[in-house]
Amino acid sequence: MADITLRVNGSEKKVSVSPETPLLWVLRDTLELTGTKFGCGAGLCGACTVHVDGSPIRSCSTPVSQVAGKSVTTIEGLSVNGLHVLQQAWIDEEVPQCGYCQTGQIMSAAALLATTPRPTDEQITQAMNGNLCRCGTYERIRKAVHRAAGNGGAR
Amino acid sequence: MSPLSRREFVAAGVAAGAGLVIGFYLPHGKGGSGSEAFSPNAYLRITPDNKVTIVVARSEMGQGVRTALPMILAEELEADWKQIEIEQAGASTLYGDQTTGGSASIRTTWDPMRKAGAMAREMLISAAALTWGVARSTCAAENGSVKHAASNRKLSYGELAQKASTLPIPTDVPLKQPKDYKIVGQRLPRVDSPSKVKGEAVFGIDFRLPGMKYAVLSRCPTIGGKVTGFDDKESKKIPGVSYVGKVSDSAIAVVADSVWGAMEGRRILNVTWDDGPNKDLNTAAVSASLKKAASKKGASLYSAGDPAKAAGRRISAEYELPFMAHAPMEPGNCTAHFQGTKCELWAPTQVPQDCRDSVAQAIGLESDQVKLNVTLMGGGFGRRLEHDYAVEAALVSKAANAPVKVIWTREDDMRFSTYRPASLHQLTAALDGSGYPVSLTHRLIAPSISGQKGQPGANGVDPDLPDEAGPVYPVPNYSLEYVMAETAVPLGWMRSVYALQAAFALESFIDELAVAAGKDPLQYRLHLLAKDQDLPYFATTWHTARMRGVLQLAAEKSGWDKPLPAGRYCGIACFGCFASYMAEVVEISMENNQPRVHRVVAAVDCGQVVNPSILEQQIQGGIVYGLSNALRAKITIDKGRVVQGNFDDYAPLRMDETPVVEVYAVPSAETPTGIGEPSVPPVAPALCNAIYAATKKRIRALPILS
Repeated sequence: MADITLRVNGSEKKVSVSPETPLLWVLRDTLELTGTKFGCGAGLCGACTVHVDGSPIRSCSTPVSQVAGKSVTTIEGLSVNGLHVLQQAWIDEEVPQCGYCQTGQIMSAAALLATTPRPTDEQITQAMNGNLCRCGTYERIRKAVHRAAGNGGAR
Repeated sequence: MSPLSRREFVAAGVAAGAGLVIGFYLPHGKGGSGSEAFSPNAYLRITPDNKVTIVVARSEMGQGVRTALPMILAEELEADWKQIEIEQAGASTLYGDQTTGGSASIRTTWDPMRKAGAMAREMLISAAALTWGVARSTCAAENGSVKHAASNRKLSYGELAQKASTLPIPTDVPLKQPKDYKIVGQRLPRVDSPSKVKGEAVFGIDFRLPGMKYAVLSRCPTIGGKVTGFDDKESKKIPGVSYVGKVSDSAIAVVADSVWGAMEGRRILNVTWDDGPNKDLNTAAVSASLKKAASKKGASLYSAGDPAKAAGRRISAEYELPFMAHAPMEPGNCTAHFQGTKCELWAPTQVPQDCRDSVAQAIGLESDQVKLNVTLMGGGFGRRLEHDYAVEAALVSKAANAPVKVIWTREDDMRFSTYRPASLHQLTAALDGSGYPVSLTHRLIAPSISGQKGQPGANGVDPDLPDEAGPVYPVPNYSLEYVMAETAVPLGWMRSVYALQAAFALESFIDELAVAAGKDPLQYRLHLLAKDQDLPYFATTWHTARMRGVLQLAAEKSGWDKPLPAGRYCGIACFGCFASYMAEVVEISMENNQPRVHRVVAAVDCGQVVNPSILEQQIQGGIVYGLSNALRAKITIDKGRVVQGNFDDYAPLRMDETPVVEVYAVPSAETPTGIGEPSVPPVAPALCNAIYAATKKRIRALPILS
């Protein structure tokens, strides 16, 4: 066990866990931030995507010791006030079905828009291809990203 | 009722229009938080503070029941939709069968939800008329209030609740005409979207109890194998591991104060197994067993004329499909708290009542000592029709004497699932001089899901087939036959169940016949369906006119008759299941000998559409699911073990492979039919037919990319 300090959604958090514990489980079990999901445990599905110092990472495959002292943003902290433009776009395009993967999808999309405010279809596919959705919402996700980017929801 | 008979009951009840239950009437005034609550039935509660709560007695797994089912009640209630609050029912005795499967939620609740709303509406109108001392006929319900136009007076439902709760419950209430619908048929936003995009939605895996422990199980990797011993010394050295113990013949539970601790404890747990009777089982043996079973005489599902006597040019083909896994995004899980004479569960389940009963049996309690709450589900696709995770959670909670959440890893989900049955199909037709079939035989050879679970159905007919396989075309000499095979591989109901296999074989074969006849595949099908005919199939009657309708709609919207851009090819398929009609046109190009799907145009006839937006979601999602099935889904067995383990070797579609899907519904005021599953079966044959159009190569075994 080790004491590890990290910043989560703007607040300093000190946790006492085994240093190899994946960040995912620290977020979900220790900090009770369950918006970040467990899907595969192997970095294959993207359901656990969070931002570390602004970059999207798979928290299921990232030991918490690697993010010590760093700044972690989860879906709960994506927007300080109300809905993030992507969350609103997700609602407007009626993206979620079961909704389980969507928080990870939104975190991947948010990272994309942070570096590429007006992504092309190809850039969207590239950024989002690591996120699986068994409900098959991909085309609506594409539209929602375009909508949030101000592309009017068009392709 | 046993788990399986319950599911059969759903199918039979839906099809026959029988067995529909309006939720039990609650004692007056006892339905809500205060005695003034108006709750004329178990689906609805209106309190004086004008809160209108509608209870959803089906499970939400993404298909939109928490929005669509309340819309049906709210329509008849003349409710203000903005005012509606939704409550999820747990396992109950108030709502009849709560099984969420068989594309049946709308079908089975359409009548009871309408009647529940209409009953309340009539009582609220009466309450207003009595309050005002005016004739009932001068009052009208509208948008959450009753109005008296002559005196310009209005009372909200909340204001009328107390009075209404003292009135007798009417037994025969008028229902609205479709032309007067204000809510049903509208694109109302889903009620669950905001919480899902904010990460606030509580799925089963997110549920938490104070002092709760986490458990993962080490299960025998070989099908049918058993635990012979285990050594937990190392596991118990992991910080937080509090319990290691055998909870069934084939599983050891590791309990810890964190998921990671439990996983680590399991990783180093030393278990010895008896691999049991299936240690040499492999995929080739499964395939051979299907071929061997094919020599048996099967049970007739549908029969017309005598195919054996029909003369003509004979064409035959065999098709084969593998085991497949549901792989919902949320892995299996359940939280249980066993406390001696009672047990409470929080379960992401499609079968709350069956789970409750199985849990009770497993831990030695009566069903009424088990309380089962239904959580949101991160996908179901039929996987959560099983009870395994709930039973495990209860057993572990009892053994560890603590509230426990059992979590399955993705590898657990992939390797210890219940799989879509592998199947073999033998089809033969005799063609007349114009190339149209005068006879058609389809022998569907597959193990029985229900049969494996001890309830094979009557006369050798698997109980699922009546909803999932049907004749489609009125060929004068027709035999559709089911041959029940055996397998040790655990079987489950996976989205569209046997309809996927039946449609792949039939609609690929019809394409082969069209090619043999030198005719356009669409025109060939339309010719076969040209005459209006009813095809009775168990409790459903299929109408050629409705099938023709979806084919024509899909063809028109896809531009079937127009020339395609260079390098693009189209395939078409249609099928009926869960009482709905579906046709799909798949447009592809070939890249490096592999199909690239660009566009799918889908047409559906499912009667009255309750929410077009949810309908489109379901069909788009079903088609992506169907493409995953068609392209790569394959579970293989080696040395009695499932080979695949995660999303690398069982790889569903990602964004880069997903086509644009267009959805069109035939306008209809017929009673609604199933929509969760019918879009899945036509995908694979339409895709393979497109591949044939592109390459002249016929694919007779799935997956395509094997």
